[in-house]
Amino acid sequence: MLEERIAEERAAEERIIEERAAEERIIEERAAEEGIIEERAAEKKDIAGKRKENAAVVSQEELAEGIFSMWIHTEAAQSAKPGQFISMYTNDNSKLLPRPVSICEIDRKAGNLRAVYRVTGKNTGTEQFSRLRGGDTIPIIGPLGNGFPLEKAQGKKVFLIGGGIGVPPILELAKQTVCVKKQIVVGYRDKNTFLREEFEENGVLYISTEDGSVGTRGNVLDAVRENALEADVIYACGPAPMLRAVKSYAEERNIVCYVSLEERMACGIGACLGCVCKTIERDLHSNVHNRRICKDGPVFLATEVEL
Amino acid sequence: MNMKVNIAGVEWKNPVTVASGTFGSGAEYADFVDIGRLGAVTTKGVANVPWPGNPTPRVAETYGGMMNAIGLQNPGIELFCERDIPFLKQFDTKIIVNVCGKSAEDYCEVVERLADEDVDMLEINISCPNVKEGGIAFGQNPKSAEDITRAVKKYAKQPVIMKLSPNVTDIAEMAKAVEAGGADAVSLINTLTGMKIDIHRRTFALANQTGGVSGPAIHPIAVRMVYQTAQAVNLPIIGMGGIACAEDAIEMMLAGASAVSVGTANFHNPAVTMEIVEGIEEYLRQNHMNDVRELVGSLI
Repeated sequence: MLEERIAEERAAEERIIEERAAEERIIEERAAEEGIIEERAAEKKDIAGKRKENAAVVSQEELAEGIFSMWIHTEAAQSAKPGQFISMYTNDNSKLLPRPVSICEIDRKAGNLRAVYRVTGKNTGTEQFSRLRGGDTIPIIGPLGNGFPLEKAQGKKVFLIGGGIGVPPILELAKQTVCVKKQIVVGYRDKNTFLREEFEENGVLYISTEDGSVGTRGNVLDAVRENALEADVIYACGPAPMLRAVKSYAEERNIVCYVSLEERMACGIGACLGCVCKTIERDLHSNVHNRRICKDGPVFLATEVEL
Repeated sequence: MNMKVNIAGVEWKNPVTVASGTFGSGAEYADFVDIGRLGAVTTKGVANVPWPGNPTPRVAETYGGMMNAIGLQNPGIELFCERDIPFLKQFDTKIIVNVCGKSAEDYCEVVERLADEDVDMLEINISCPNVKEGGIAFGQNPKSAEDITRAVKKYAKQPVIMKLSPNVTDIAEMAKAVEAGGADAVSLINTLTGMKIDIHRRTFALANQTGGVSGPAIHPIAVRMVYQTAQAVNLPIIGMGGIACAEDAIEMMLAGASAVSVGTANFHNPAVTMEIVEGIEEYLRQNHMNDVRELVGSLI
């Protein structure tokens, strides 16, 4: 009897020990999980911790009349992708809104971004940008928006199309695109074919000019026709009439086409609904046929938007 | 030091909110701002059904400010309740839902739909200059303003803030009208109707031709109207119009506002609201004041 009781007691003790061990394991596991959750929260916070930043101007030069190229040193260089943009602010309190400027080149190693932009007139914010020199600072937010989906180019014949001030973002896109046939087609007004040498180093270059001074006379699609070019995928950035033409060219031929759109912006981050474009389908976020160019774009599948 | 203010029975942790339409429902700004540090979030106007808004261009920069004619694009009250309210409930802040409509029935439908939602206050937009029906039409005639206030009060379970337009001859008369209609608070000013022309293209800068002017350029007008309103009614005032820094916010409170909204300045600096909260605290310390409420209407 006594032995039985002792055995029972031992068994009970063992059960308690086992239960405690199990509890401890659960506590340890929970702690580990919480630790992971905390780590994840910290990671998330890092990503979410966006801010307006005073970027240092590294250098500035005028590439062509009214077309300026500015390299800036910024945190934004670490995460920037081709097709994204930065909001650039003036240091003038009478000009409050950011100027969205596309990213022309990314030098992650040096932590620098290149912005190539057009001065839009006298007493404008862009004119103020053009006066900045190495050592000055410029307030920016970025990178903003979604870039071009580079993966769609793999194994394909590709057109990288830029027109006017839509030419600059095509450079970083050309540098990062991996494809079978990289055909860069850029359209300018005249012989001021800025970024030409850089394009030639990064693909086969075709140029159109409105006045016929360089390459094909006409627009980018005239250059495509004149050179009998073909593509499976198109990435394009430029003025609305050019994008409309590229969109219908692509639709007629069933070519996958991505367009980068432009619109006047106020917040630049998707809150104010200033820069919407019309969409074919009802958009899930807006619940109407509108998408935000700054936040949901600026790059859209051409078949998704009305131009 | 006390930063808390009480607006129509709702206690805010500080007197700073954001102006409707400049902050969405907060999701985009959460990347830049600790939303839990705002006294309240005032959401973009929401209607009974989704509204597509105006054609683009919808925004333009003006000297010391901007113009907009968004046209109250909004996803409609159902999606708003399903998505935006739960998002904002994550933060320790008050929720003010801005309500817009084309008719009295539209406003009442939204207000009724919100009655059982976990939101703290309603702001009734009778002052949008950018829509053809509703909006400002209710806010430019004292009788209409009083009637719409009385109508929404019948359905409202939360305190009702009537948002007033500066595009009137006498703001005090409008404030008295909504007070008579049973408003719990007023907010002012909405944007001033303006026009901008692109001389190179010889076109209107905005597709809507006219738009609402906002930003620091309109701040003195807003301060004057807040002061006049404070003299005329016994309602708490949420002052707004071109507030870009703590000094502007303090000025508005001295003129008689119990709280302030920051609008266009969010576009210039997404974290400006945090700086304004800190700046008000700093001003109180420097002036040996213990309570932010001491500022309200305390002109000497």
